[in-house]
Amino acid sequence: MANGYTGSYTLAFEQPVTDLEEQIKRLTARDDAESYSDELTSLRSSRDSLLAKLYTDLNPWDTVRVARHPARPQTSDYIAAMCRDFRELHGDRHFGDDPAIITGLGRIGPHKVMIVGHQKGKSTQEKIACHFGCAHPEGYRKALLKMKLAEKFNLPIVTFIDTPGAYPGIKAEERGQAEAIAVNLREMARIKTPIVSVVIGEGGSGGALGIGVADRVGMLEYSWYSVISPEGCAAILWKAANEETNRAAAEGLALTARDNMKNGLIDEVIKEPLGGAHRDAHGAAELLQRWVVERLRELKRFKPQTLVERRYQKFRTIGKIEGSPAN
Amino acid sequence: MTNVPTRSWADTPELVGRPKKAIPEGLWIRCPECAAILFRRSVENNLWVCPDCQYHFRINAVQRVKQLCDPGSFEPFNEDMKPADPLNFVDLKPYKDRIKAAQKSTGQNDGVHTGTGFIKGRKAVLAVMDFFFLGGSMGSVIGEKITQAIEVAADGDLPLVIVSASGGARMMESGFSLMQMAKTSAALARFDDMGGLFISVLTDPTTGGVTASFAMLGDVILAEPKALIGFAGPRVIQQTIRQELPEGFQRAEFLRDCGFVDRVVPRSDLRSEIGSIIDYAGK
Repeated sequence: MANGYTGSYTLAFEQPVTDLEEQIKRLTARDDAESYSDELTSLRSSRDSLLAKLYTDLNPWDTVRVARHPARPQTSDYIAAMCRDFRELHGDRHFGDDPAIITGLGRIGPHKVMIVGHQKGKSTQEKIACHFGCAHPEGYRKALLKMKLAEKFNLPIVTFIDTPGAYPGIKAEERGQAEAIAVNLREMARIKTPIVSVVIGEGGSGGALGIGVADRVGMLEYSWYSVISPEGCAAILWKAANEETNRAAAEGLALTARDNMKNGLIDEVIKEPLGGAHRDAHGAAELLQRWVVERLRELKRFKPQTLVERRYQKFRTIGKIEGSPAN
Repeated sequence: MTNVPTRSWADTPELVGRPKKAIPEGLWIRCPECAAILFRRSVENNLWVCPDCQYHFRINAVQRVKQLCDPGSFEPFNEDMKPADPLNFVDLKPYKDRIKAAQKSTGQNDGVHTGTGFIKGRKAVLAVMDFFFLGGSMGSVIGEKITQAIEVAADGDLPLVIVSASGGARMMESGFSLMQMAKTSAALARFDDMGGLFISVLTDPTTGGVTASFAMLGDVILAEPKALIGFAGPRVIQQTIRQELPEGFQRAEFLRDCGFVDRVVPRSDLRSEIGSIIDYAGK
């Protein structure tokens, strides 16, 4: 239902909207609902203008909360909504399948593509299997193997970024988490086929970048992308992670789509439906699909060498040193 | 919902219980490992390795360059490059103040020295990180200087040696810092394409975004004994899994046993090891 999230999870700042929705629900449930059509129209329009206002002024910390909303669409949702005949390819050929990264072949609009995306998990069981979207080295290696496969057959690559960070654990270290990410960064920089990446939810640090070295990098309007999570940053620099320091860290880290755009770290901000993707997964997928299709169309025009050179220059020029010109 | 904090420079020092500051002044020093009281000059003459227990003291970039290069052969470049504060970042202290304090205490502009030098007679490009400058955290300056070092090596067809010592990304530069991982790794892709030799030397500590980019991309990866090397820091891992970490976890020898480090090399052998690898690669 457009603009009407029906789940039970309410973000604190959305409470007034939830209250209005409750009223709308009660009215529509009545047998004589038809006679209240004027009231319903007015309530709906109040709700929409309230949503518009709340989401226009969304602060960075609340943005992080929206990005983590349990009903926010995940990679599997976008694949289902955007792809005809998706064929998941599981094998990393080395260790085992990491469900925290989904890879496979699919069609998006007119394009045959290789899709790579973090998966956080929907059910409790899936969330645990996916380590809440925190991939292990084998996940990153599977991603690279499939990207190389795409290169071999000249297929463009679409990646969906949605991770709090790569998994920090004993096994992940034993199997070379750092090496896996590092190799992905190096190899993605020289893959001779178009790559588009979108941060759909959380863009947590190296674990996000590990599938994010792309020709075009977009962020959904209410996603975040940063070197560290606000909590991680607060715990280290403020010596404590709490509501106040998390909020301050979120602001300091300039992690919203708008800030990353302003700082020249991404190429585009992709609109979400009114009130965020969790209110209208279908609408979000449509907007995202339009962006992906259009960008791939543009990128396919470049010769492979040009593509790689442009991608290189894009990352080569990032950084601010004293006296360097503003981006 | 899990929130997984990533590695950062500030994570390491207290945790490992090793000195955060450069080696203390005074005639006598205590070995942090075996607690022996050592005559300072005897340790210095031993390349800052404890003569009793072989503990490798953390050394700064100036000391490292001096140890690795033939005397007087190091010619630095980009010495004047200074950090900016692109996000006007303020936590408990402004980032600008942290930079100034680090510059004052280390006498350096930022946390890496780059230049050309001779190692046992072989010319090479050298990048040496300095853990004492804000924990060797990688911001725009380190990313840019490392990238330019890679480019100098590529242009001159010279071997590249990077000595890492870093707690990871520099949070105060947020996304700018993160993207240095992509930038340095992309430069290494080009260097690799043209057949360049990259020897990566991992020293205590090498963690986070530095490990997850150029440090792990060496054609040959060497590490100093017992150096802490990893992606996530031990504290973060412990908080996540709520278990004791195994003995020797994330130390150089562990990384070698797991297949991610080629050789654990004591400091006294580092120069000759690097020299001989350069010879084998015909560079």
